Amino acid sequence: MIKTVLTVDDSRTMREMLMLALQDAGYRVVQAEDGVHGLEVLQAESPDIVITDINMPRMDGFGFIEGMRADPAFSGVPVLVLTTESDAAKKQRAREAGATGWIVKPFDPARLVDAVRRVAA
Amino acid sequence: MSDDPFEAIKATFFQECEELLGDLESNLLALESGSTDIEVINAVFRAVHSVKGGAGAFGLEDLVRFAHVFETLMDELRSGRKACDEPTVRTLLRAADVLADHVAAARGAGAPVDPARSAGLVAELETLTHGGAAPAATTDLAEDDDFGFTPIALDLAAFEAPAGLSDLPDLPPLPDLAALAPLEAPMAAVEGGWKIVFRPHPRLYASANETGLLLRELARLGPTRVELDDSGLPTLDALDPNDSHLIWTIELDGDASEAEVRDVFDFVEMDCDLSITPLNAAASTEAPAAVEDDEEAPAEALAQAAAADLDIAALLASVGAAPAAEPVAPEPAVPEPVVAAPAPAPVAVAPVAPAAPAAPPAPTPTPSAPAPAAAAPVTIRVDLERVDRMINAVGELVIQQAMLAQRVTESGLARSSDIALGLEDLELLTREIQDSVMAIRAQPVKSVFQRMPRLVRECAEMTGKKVRLVTSGEDTEVDKTVIERLSEPITHMLRNAIDHGLEGPDERLAAGKPAEGTVRLAALHRSGRIVIEIADDGKGINRQRVKGIAVERGLIAEDAALSDEEIDNLIFMPGFSTATEVSDLSGRGVGMDVVRRSIQSLGGRISISSVPGKGSTFTLSLPLTLAVLDGMVVGAAEQTLVAPLAAIVESLTPDAADIHHVGGVDPVLRFREAFLPLVDVAWCMGFSDQPTALKGGVVMIVETESGQRAALLVDAIHGQRQVVIKSLEANYRHVEGVAAATILGDGRVALILDIDALVSTGRARSPSRAEMQMAS
Repeated sequence: MIKTVLTVDDSRTMREMLMLALQDAGYRVVQAEDGVHGLEVLQAESPDIVITDINMPRMDGFGFIEGMRADPAFSGVPVLVLTTESDAAKKQRAREAGATGWIVKPFDPARLVDAVRRVAA
Repeated sequence: MSDDPFEAIKATFFQECEELLGDLESNLLALESGSTDIEVINAVFRAVHSVKGGAGAFGLEDLVRFAHVFETLMDELRSGRKACDEPTVRTLLRAADVLADHVAAARGAGAPVDPARSAGLVAELETLTHGGAAPAATTDLAEDDDFGFTPIALDLAAFEAPAGLSDLPDLPPLPDLAALAPLEAPMAAVEGGWKIVFRPHPRLYASANETGLLLRELARLGPTRVELDDSGLPTLDALDPNDSHLIWTIELDGDASEAEVRDVFDFVEMDCDLSITPLNAAASTEAPAAVEDDEEAPAEALAQAAAADLDIAALLASVGAAPAAEPVAPEPAVPEPVVAAPAPAPVAVAPVAPAAPAAPPAPTPTPSAPAPAAAAPVTIRVDLERVDRMINAVGELVIQQAMLAQRVTESGLARSSDIALGLEDLELLTREIQDSVMAIRAQPVKSVFQRMPRLVRECAEMTGKKVRLVTSGEDTEVDKTVIERLSEPITHMLRNAIDHGLEGPDERLAAGKPAEGTVRLAALHRSGRIVIEIADDGKGINRQRVKGIAVERGLIAEDAALSDEEIDNLIFMPGFSTATEVSDLSGRGVGMDVVRRSIQSLGGRISISSVPGKGSTFTLSLPLTLAVLDGMVVGAAEQTLVAPLAAIVESLTPDAADIHHVGGVDPVLRFREAFLPLVDVAWCMGFSDQPTALKGGVVMIVETESGQRAALLVDAIHGQRQVVIKSLEANYRHVEGVAAATILGDGRVALILDIDALVSTGRARSPSRAEMQMAS
């Protein structure tokens, strides 16, 4: 079954890169531009996996993950956070918010897909 | 990934960079004008962060390095660890300029960034970030020759973690990137595999991780034997669904490295007890000491575990693997079976070929979720050539309409006739179409104005003056070709305003003005033209000095009596410069005469007004488009010609007594205490071999682009009108003295005079005294 990935990122460049890599790997991709938008698309699309950026306008990645986890329907959906490897504090905060794992920026497509695959049931 | 989509994304990236840099600048300017909104700082951070993120993905190292230092400082500001004071904002603004340079360089659209300038700003940013002590990590960054595509983030690791983190529990060492690509760099490969004891914490499940998936990952590394210790499971009535009680012991065969094994647990290492020991050295099979709580069995965890087990089973089935090893003997069972259905049982996972993930289905083109309706207007991109073609056709329509109108008038039809009335409607419609079509090429002058704050900052920096730029009317629209050619004159005049117009801070304070000078840049529409004003509140033009220089350079006579206005206009004369010494800003060989020439080549005019001690204002008046020209229709030897209005100073009927002949040959016209070369248009253009009669003739005083004045003699002036410009070169060939052509209302072609060429070549060809007298 084709899995749907929701990407939440305010950078168009990043959204397109994610889209390209994930589609090449056979995923269906839906996009959102920030946390608020992400929660909307989440409800509409019920994705199997979510990838979210941290720094976004309106609602950042932490707020988005918390909002997502607060809804029982999405408490078990894996969320990967786009982060810089060094960001230990961000990883910790993301983990506390309920993030499943992280993707290191700048990512290369193989590692991105690998990370998605690892958390995809 | 093929090259094409990648290049397309790269193009998107640079497009996005433009927007981000625009946001960056406007947000920084908001900070400069005193905004304390944290969202503004956040937005600046995000802009820099996004540029860095994209740049990293494309391996644009220089850009990443610079953006990183910038971002680090923004992070300090964002977190409130550093105050966003005035000097900081000023540095940030200059850093934004350099960031823009790096982007342009990366794009291949600009010269390489001056390394000294970039390094200087990096140093400034770091000083602001660290309060003076440059971090050692930066040096590492700079010295790292292997700085490549992927390791970027790692290299930046050391100093990105804020200082406040040190009191957090020690994080496990970050996994090496190489581990993600197992075959590339097997680290510390151990013969005989690993023994892994894994006890998840409740948090692991709360973050949607699953043991089953981790086991699946381990199975990809080599043959595994898995044993479940469910002895910790409490009775059902004592079960806390939020707790976790299961312990897995996995024996992994093969030559996977420890890093590879750790990497499997990368996402969960904080949320579990984990011990990884070499299999051949691990004689003891006991669980880690930490694992010994005996609370109730969590239903949720159980369910998770069951699901995980099922997953493994499914996986096994899918790869058709057979258990090869004996399952490790299960630990003594739980007091009583807790959950009936999927009792967690030890599962043996046999040699599994590096398993494929749940087979990736074929790619599907995906309509992305609708983006939230942005406020931006809906636009389409159109080839400029198509627009030009339409403009051309509309030009024809305008001409045709004028012809038709003239015919109808000539036919003597009553003004109230249906045809005449219909024609009036057609005229209105035609005008409307013309305006709309011209509007397609129109763009706000914003694109030019946006570049100016940076210029002002650089000039201020170079001259040591304090300058504030105030812009208005950025949304004023004008034809694209006009916009493209506006940038240079505005740049030059702003430079002049700062370099020559404004005083230094001390001088200003002494004159009772604020230390910071103000330069205003405004655009507005005025009677069908665009007016650009560049005003400063500096010292104004020093007329004494300007006149002195003009005399010194031999531009005017020592005893010339000039009005203030005339003196001010001296600065437009070629070769004039008030700069006493050549500074970095002026002395580039570009004077105001060049500015005036470029404005005039656009069919524009430039004027200046100055009040000593209060400042100067330069006013540019330009046509909204280059497709239409304001012209004076004149007659010369039965030919109808058009003289560009912008070149005409005034017109008059000459008096024979005012005509003189220099050396008995070259005719000149005495005009307000000056003698101007007289150019007989019909004679020069070859329309007539007879000199134009002075009696009944009209003279137009014109000014060439070089500021030279001359008198053009014609038979008559018919009137002023807008004409649609038709290129003569494109349709015929270049003709000396003719700039272009147009079609008049009567359908005749009229030539548009090239005033400059006419004045420079015409003087040599004007009729001599004998011939002039003959005609008069």
